[in-house]
Amino acid sequence: MAQHKINYLSEAGLPVALTTVDKLVQWGRSNSLWPMTYGLACCAIEMMATGASRYDFDRFGTIFRASPRQSDVLIIAGTLTKKHSPFMRRLYDQMTEPKWVISMGSCANTGGMFNTYATVQGADRIIPVDIYLPGCAPRPETLQYALMLLQKKIRKESASRKLKPKRLV
Amino acid sequence: MQKVNRLQPFFENLVFERDDDRMIINFGPQHPSSHGQLRLILELDGELVTKATPDVGYLHRGMEKMAENMIYNEFLPTTDRMDYIAATSNNYGFAHAVETLLDLEIPRRAQTIRMMLLELNRIISHLFWLATHALDVGAMTIFLYAFREREYAMDLMEDYCGARLTHSSVRIGGVPLDLPENWITKLSKFIDKLPSDIADYEGLLDQNRIWKMRLEGVGVITPEMAQSWGCSGPSLRGSGIEWDIRKEEPYELYDEVDFDVPVSTTFDSYGRYKLHMEEMRQSIRIIRQVIAMYYKTEPAIMAHSPEYISAPKEDIMTQNYSLMQHFVLVTQGMRPPVGEVYVPTESPKGELGFYINSQGGAYPYRLKLRAPSFWHTSLLQELLPGQYLADVVTIIGNLNIVFGEIDR
Repeated sequence: MAQHKINYLSEAGLPVALTTVDKLVQWGRSNSLWPMTYGLACCAIEMMATGASRYDFDRFGTIFRASPRQSDVLIIAGTLTKKHSPFMRRLYDQMTEPKWVISMGSCANTGGMFNTYATVQGADRIIPVDIYLPGCAPRPETLQYALMLLQKKIRKESASRKLKPKRLV
Repeated sequence: MQKVNRLQPFFENLVFERDDDRMIINFGPQHPSSHGQLRLILELDGELVTKATPDVGYLHRGMEKMAENMIYNEFLPTTDRMDYIAATSNNYGFAHAVETLLDLEIPRRAQTIRMMLLELNRIISHLFWLATHALDVGAMTIFLYAFREREYAMDLMEDYCGARLTHSSVRIGGVPLDLPENWITKLSKFIDKLPSDIADYEGLLDQNRIWKMRLEGVGVITPEMAQSWGCSGPSLRGSGIEWDIRKEEPYELYDEVDFDVPVSTTFDSYGRYKLHMEEMRQSIRIIRQVIAMYYKTEPAIMAHSPEYISAPKEDIMTQNYSLMQHFVLVTQGMRPPVGEVYVPTESPKGELGFYINSQGGAYPYRLKLRAPSFWHTSLLQELLPGQYLADVVTIIGNLNIVFGEIDR
């Protein structure tokens, strides 16, 4: 009869991992973030470059989807104008929970250099934003870093947003 | 309680519920293939488009109004965000218009550097056009390949000016920097490799059955149509009209270099695809000639005109008068003479013209941009009826429209 060579109990080779449902679910969510193909202006070109051959977004489990119903992340890539803002609100509402928002570039953060009558001074006036990334336009590395930060943030969150985290005190 | 989010219909006379067989659908403004924020109201009879109404303005940022409150040098970085795929061509269009207004003479070295950057930007823009157009039609491979080459070209731009996308690599009166060390070597390496890459794309697409079925005979722009709708650039040359502003009204050193203006005789999307490929080859040819010209130039890179242009940095640091001039030019801005000017240039997308009306102040009284994409978008209302719904995406992608410059 074959003998087990590994002593599972002493050599840290226990084929069991102890975790919580929260952590497991959020680990899964954070590694398959599907953003929406939602290009507004210049930053969308850098977003496409991030998805293309050199920067290769796919290795983060990030695959662009064309429908808000299938996507988890809304990357606001570019200037949000007042004429467009109702559409963005509608797209955000169409996305299913859980959903996150990355505001890419100065225009989406604060209006940037376009302090004019036509531009919304910050996309967070329309929808809640999780990550702001600076730059005009941010480099693809910046967007990758923002996505990694978002993953970190998701892993800290509770799987169900309805249940308040229990506090000891 | 949140109310149901209903959009107010933009066209007041548009009725979506109809009694006849026609159907009205809304295309955009966030459709992945709408190349920015194009909204189309399409009237369909089955799958045939019977009426198309383009609706622009979703990226209107008020740039022309901004220009009226900025000194000339201050406005230059804003031009980056117009046609953001080839930013240098906008920088150059604006700088060239102001230089014409000031009647400046640009040093030859600056002219050669500008031409290299302009043609490099044309290659970047055409590669991007190919990538996104192929992606819209369904060829994912070309997207990945073309973006790979584009990254090499962007590296060159980054080496020169430090930015990937928004270059600001041209100044009024010249260029900010001489070429960095080894830049020419890298550029030569890039343009030596590019023809084989273009051959690769053509090998994948030229005889590809799907590509030919999607493009041949789709989006036919007749010469009369192109002229009456104000087409320019590849869309005009794709209609068999040989018109290139680099040839007709040469600026910089385009009258000294030798290049051909390719035209298409089929007038359809496939012909325009071949045209874009050929234009990239011509750009390579121009860059080769300009590199040879660069070595024969004097080191000056900014025009000498103390009234409008700051002196070189060494003079500012050593000579009192230059420092004073520099201080005045930076704080108050240059004051061009009273007058108005319209200067067209050949951007990768067509005729890009800047109209500047100066009243002698530090700010332009009025600045108007003639963006080629705007005219190509208006063409859609005649081009789309009679086409299938699936071909709408092909046609939009093929016209190479960019919304930064349409809506400004």
